[in-house]
Amino acid sequence: MDTHTENVQRPVPAADTSLAIELKKINKSFGPVRANRDIDLAVTRGTVHGIVGENGAGKSTLMSILYGFYHADSGEIVVNGRPVVIHNSSDALALGIGMVHQHFMLVDNFSVIENVILGAEDSALLGPSVDKARRELQRLADDYGLNVPVDALIQDLSVGQQQRVEILKALYRGADILILDEPTGVLTPAEADHLFKVLKTLRDEGKTIILITHKLREIMAITDTVSVMRQGQMVESLVTSETSPEQLAELMVGRRVLLRVHKEEAKPGDVLLDVNDLVVTDDAGTERLKSVSLKVRAGEIFGVAGVAGNGQSELLECVAGMRAAKSGTISISGHDVTAVNEDSAAMLRRNGLAHVPEDRIRMGLVTNFFEWENAILGYHENYGKGLMLDVKAARAEAQRHIEKFDIRPANADLKTANFSGGNQQKIVLAREMERDPDVLIVGQPTRGVDIGAIEFIHNQIIKMRDAGKAILLVSVELDEIRSLSDRIVVLFDGKIVGEADPATADEGELGLLMAGVKADDKSKSTESSQ
Amino acid sequence: MEDVISVLITTIRVSTPLILACLAGLYSERSGIVDIGLEGKLLGSAFGAAVVASLTGNVWLGLLAGIGVSMMFSAIHGLASINFRGNQIISGVALNFLASGLTVFLGSAWFGRGGNTPALSGDGRFYGIELPFARELAGVPVIGPIYSGLLSGHTILTYLAFLAVPFTAWVLWRTRFGLRLRAVGENPKALDTAGMSVTVLRYKALAITAVLVGMGGAYLSTAQAASFSREMSSGRGYIALAALIFAKWKPWPALGACLLFGFLEAMQYRLQGVELPLIGAVPTQAMQALPYILTILLLAGFVGRAIAPKAAGQPYVKER
Amino acid sequence: MPLPRWVDVILLPVLNVTLAFIIGGIVVLIVGENPIEAVRIMLYGAFGYGYGFGFTLYYTTNFIFAGLAVAVAFHGGLFNIGGEGQAYVGGLGAILVALAVGGLHWAFALPLIIIASALFAGAWAFIPGYLQAKRGSHVVITTIMMNFIATSMMSYIISRILKPENINSDESARIADVTRVPFLSEWIPLLRNTPVNISFILAVLALIGVYILIWHTKFGYALRTMGHNGTAARYAGMSNARLIMVTMAISGALVGMVAVNDTAGAHGRLILGYVAGTGFVGIAVAFMGKAHPIGVGLSALLFGVLYQGGQELAFTMPAITREMIVTIQALVILFTGAMSNMLRRPVEFVFLAARQKEPDPVAQEKGA
Repeated sequence: MDTHTENVQRPVPAADTSLAIELKKINKSFGPVRANRDIDLAVTRGTVHGIVGENGAGKSTLMSILYGFYHADSGEIVVNGRPVVIHNSSDALALGIGMVHQHFMLVDNFSVIENVILGAEDSALLGPSVDKARRELQRLADDYGLNVPVDALIQDLSVGQQQRVEILKALYRGADILILDEPTGVLTPAEADHLFKVLKTLRDEGKTIILITHKLREIMAITDTVSVMRQGQMVESLVTSETSPEQLAELMVGRRVLLRVHKEEAKPGDVLLDVNDLVVTDDAGTERLKSVSLKVRAGEIFGVAGVAGNGQSELLECVAGMRAAKSGTISISGHDVTAVNEDSAAMLRRNGLAHVPEDRIRMGLVTNFFEWENAILGYHENYGKGLMLDVKAARAEAQRHIEKFDIRPANADLKTANFSGGNQQKIVLAREMERDPDVLIVGQPTRGVDIGAIEFIHNQIIKMRDAGKAILLVSVELDEIRSLSDRIVVLFDGKIVGEADPATADEGELGLLMAGVKADDKSKSTESSQ
Repeated sequence: MEDVISVLITTIRVSTPLILACLAGLYSERSGIVDIGLEGKLLGSAFGAAVVASLTGNVWLGLLAGIGVSMMFSAIHGLASINFRGNQIISGVALNFLASGLTVFLGSAWFGRGGNTPALSGDGRFYGIELPFARELAGVPVIGPIYSGLLSGHTILTYLAFLAVPFTAWVLWRTRFGLRLRAVGENPKALDTAGMSVTVLRYKALAITAVLVGMGGAYLSTAQAASFSREMSSGRGYIALAALIFAKWKPWPALGACLLFGFLEAMQYRLQGVELPLIGAVPTQAMQALPYILTILLLAGFVGRAIAPKAAGQPYVKER
Repeated sequence: MPLPRWVDVILLPVLNVTLAFIIGGIVVLIVGENPIEAVRIMLYGAFGYGYGFGFTLYYTTNFIFAGLAVAVAFHGGLFNIGGEGQAYVGGLGAILVALAVGGLHWAFALPLIIIASALFAGAWAFIPGYLQAKRGSHVVITTIMMNFIATSMMSYIISRILKPENINSDESARIADVTRVPFLSEWIPLLRNTPVNISFILAVLALIGVYILIWHTKFGYALRTMGHNGTAARYAGMSNARLIMVTMAISGALVGMVAVNDTAGAHGRLILGYVAGTGFVGIAVAFMGKAHPIGVGLSALLFGVLYQGGQELAFTMPAITREMIVTIQALVILFTGAMSNMLRRPVEFVFLAARQKEPDPVAQEKGA
C-alpha cells in the first residue's frame, strides 16, 4: 500500500560528481537582519538535494538569490561550472533554473495554456504561441506524467493540478535545474506521493532538483543529499541515507528537540461545543461545508485533519461567528450561537468562545498596532467604562501576557510587525487563552513558527485541555493532529469522512481519507488523486 | 424621427470624451493602477490643447499638446504609485486638484480672461467630417438620415473613439501585450517571477491611458467647444470611472455605459425649458444633477459584486 | 528599516511640505513674479496686524473642521472627498434653524444651530457611507458625486426658495443680529472688523475631542482596527458596516461646523457657493497633518496663513490668484499623501550611515 513515507528507490550516486550549482560565501542582509551568512552550497547534477531549516533560517532567501529575485550582497554563484551573475528571473531562466514557488505564481482567471505562455510567448500575436504551447504541453505530459486539462481555468483546478502547472511552466522554458519551495504543504499525502514520482522521473532524466522544506520525513523519503540551515548560516551538508530525522532536527535547532509532546490521559466531561448538520457557503455561494456534525467535550482536544481547502476555514469562521451558516446549528453549553451574519464574532465571545485563527496576519492581528493594542483585540469593550477606553488597564494586561508567555521582545509598545512569527502567534494565543474561555477553537497553531516555539505552543494547548476546556483543533499537519488530539476526524470536500482514535490510528488510512478515498476503495488509491 | 436622430447625434458627440476617458481608465485599471485622476487629466489636456491650438493656430499641434499634458500627469501618477508605492487614490485626487488650480492660474496669467482661453477658429479646431457619399445618400429614406445625419459629420476624434473600442478588445485578448497587461492586474508576481518587469508594463499602460484621455480632453476644448473654460470637464472623469466599473472593465459594455450617460446629457439639453405633463418645466438644476445621481445609482445597484482586477490599487512590493 | 518615530511624524512631513512650496515657488517664477517677495507679503498679510490675524484665524477655523472630517474618516480607511458638499448642505441646516428661531439670543440658538448643521451635513455624508457599507460602492466616487449634486440642489433651494423677494444676489434672508454667532472682536478689540468668531473656540475643542475619540475611546479603537485591517475587525466582532456609516456621519458633522462659522457667523446668511473650496483644503490639511489633531491644527493654521496672505498678495501681485493656493494645496496633498515615500530613501540612507556601528536590539531579539 502506498504511503507518504514509502522509500523511493534511488540509484547510487554516480562517480561523475560534476556540480550543477555551487554557491560560495553568499551573504545577504535586509537592513539589520542578516538573512544569509557566508553560505556555501554544492548541488550535484542529476540529484535531489534538500535544504532544510526552520522558518526564518534563510532557505527561501538563498533560493530567491539563485532565482534572481534578490541580489546577494557578496559571494559567487557557479552554474554548471561557469561563474554567473543573475540579475533577474530572466537570467535565471536563461541558465536553466526554474522555480516552483510555495504560493503559486499563477493568474487565477487565465487558462493553463495562458499561464504557461505568459512571458514565453513567441510573437506579438497570441495565436501561434498557443498552438505551439499545446503541442509542447502534450509532450511534457507524455514524458513526465504531468497531466492537466490545458484549457481549464486555474481557479477550477485542484491545488495538486495547479502545482503541476507551475512545474510545467518551468519545464516549458527549458529548465533543467528545478527549485521547489515547500511543495507539499498544500497536497494530500497521495498527491505528495505522486509529486515525488514525478520528481524521481525528472531526476532520472538528468534534471537537478533542489527541495526546500521543513518536513523531515520528506527529506528522508526523497532526497539524495541534504543541507541544514540555521539562523542564516549553512550548518552542515549530509548524505541523506547516512542521517536521521532526529539528527537533522538537532542540527536545525542547535539542541535536542522533543518531536512528540508529553500528555496525560484525557478526562472528558460534558459536551460544550455542539455542531449539528452545519452547512456553510463561501463568498461565491459555493457550499464548502456540507452538513458537518461534531461534539467537543470539556477537557478534550478534538482534532480535524485534512488538506487545506476542504472546508476547514469555513468551519472555523462559522463557529467563530465570522461567517453565516446556511443551515444547521451550533451551540455552546446548550446556548444556540449559530452565526446569522458575518458580524457575530462578538456574540460568540460573549458565550465563552475564543478563537486562534489560521492566518494571524490576515485576521488575528493588526500588524500596525502596538503589541498592547493587539493584546485586547476582540475584547476591547472590556477595558474602560462606557465609551472610554482604559489604556492603562490594556497595557497592564499586555504586560501580563508578555511575562506569562515569554513573548520577546518584552515590549508592549513595539509595533507588532516587528515581532517574529512565533512571537506573534504567542501574542494571539496569550490573548485568547487568558480569557479563560470554555471553548477554544484553533487553526494551524504552528504555521510559520519555529521549532522552539512549537513545543511551547503545543504545551499551552495541552494545559488548556487539562484545565477542562473544550478544544477544537484544525491543522493540515497530520503529525500535529496525531500528537495533540484525543479524537480525530478527517474533513474532505466539506464532509467528515472518517473518525479515528489517535492511539491506534494508521497514518496510511488517515492519508487516504484525507485524499477522499474511502476505506474500501484502497485499490484505486494512486490514480484517483486527480 | 428627426428629433430622435437629433438627440442621437448629440449623444454620440457628448459620449466621445467619456468613451475616450473610459477606455483610458480601462488600460490603467487592468494593469492594476487605480486612476481617480482621469478628471484632472481631461481638464489638463483640454487646457493644453486649447492653449497650443490658440497659439499656433494648428489643432493637430494642440492635440499633441493635450496628449503631452496627460503624459506628464500620468508620469507623476506612475512615479507616485509605482516607484514610490504611494496611495493611488490620494495621488489621483491630488492631481485632479492640481489640474483644477494650474489650468485657471496659468490661463489667467497668460490670457487674462479669468481662466478661459481665446476662441479657436479655422485650423485651430476640429470640424465634422463628411463620410463618403453622405450627400448623395441624404435623401434616401431610413438609410439616408442614419448614414448622412447620424453617422456622418462627426469629428475625427469621435470616429477614433468608437474605433478604439474593438481595437482595445483585440489588444486585450489577442495580443501578447494584452495577455501580460491582464496578468499584471491580476497577479503581478506571476510576471515578475517569469522575468518580466511589472514596472515597465504598468508604465506602458499609463502611456496608453495618457494618449486616450489626452484625446478626450482635446476633444472638449477643440471640438465640442472652441476654447477652454474653467472646470470644463465637470466630473466627466469620474463618470467615466463609474461607467468602467459598471462595464466590469470590458470594452464593449464600457461603450454601452458611456452611450447611456451621453444620452442622458443629450436629453438634458433637449428638455431644457420644455414643459412636461404633470411636472411642468424641469428645473435646470435637476437636469444638471442627473448624470451624477445616475452614477451613484449605478455604483449602488450593480457594483456590489463586480470583481475588479485583483491587484488593482495595491503597490507591487517584492516580499521578504 | 524602522526609522525613529519623530522622523516619520515630523521630519518627513516637513520636508514634503517644503518641497511642495518650492515647486509652488517655481510656478510663481514662471508667471514672472518673485516668490520670496510673495512669501514676505503673505506673512505680513497674515500676521502683520490684528486685522490680518483675525482673518487668518477665521480661515483656520474652517480648515480645522474640514481637516478633522477627513482625518477621522481616514483613520477608518475611508476617503471622504465630499467635505465641500457636506458643508454646503450643513449650511442649509444652519440657516433653517437660525431663521426659525429668529430673535432668540445666540447663547440658546447656538447649540441648536450646531446640532442642525451637524445633522444636515452628517446626513449628506451618511448616504455615501451607507452605500459603501451595504453596497460596496466606492466612497471616493460617491462623495464626489454628492458634491456635484449638492451644488445643483442647493442652487435650486437658495435661488428659488430661500431668496427673499427684494434681494438680487443668490442668498437667503439675513439672520437676526442677536442670533448670529458672535464675533471674537466683542471681547478682543484687537480683532475688530474680522469675521473670526466663537466657532474658533469650537474648532479647538473639536481638535481635542477628536484626539480623545480616536485614541481613548472604544469606538476609536474599533475605527483604527478597521482602517488597518478590515478582516481583523470582523474577527474581533466589530461590524464594519456600522463603523463605516457612523464614521462618515461623524466626518460629515465635523465639516458641517463650517456652516456655524460662515453661514451663522461670518456671513450671517446662506450664500450660494459659500464653501468656496474649504472642503478640498481639508483634504490637504488632513494629509499634511498625518490625520493627527496636532498636525491638523498646525496645517490648518498654515493654510489659513496662505489664504489670508494670499488676499494681501492679490492686491500687490494680481497675477497670483486664488488658484495658486489651490495648486499649492494639490502639491501638498501629492507630496505628503501619495509621494510621502519619495524622500524616505534619502533620509533612510542618511540615518543608516549614521547608525552603521550600533547593534540593533530588535534584530537580536527577533531570533527567539
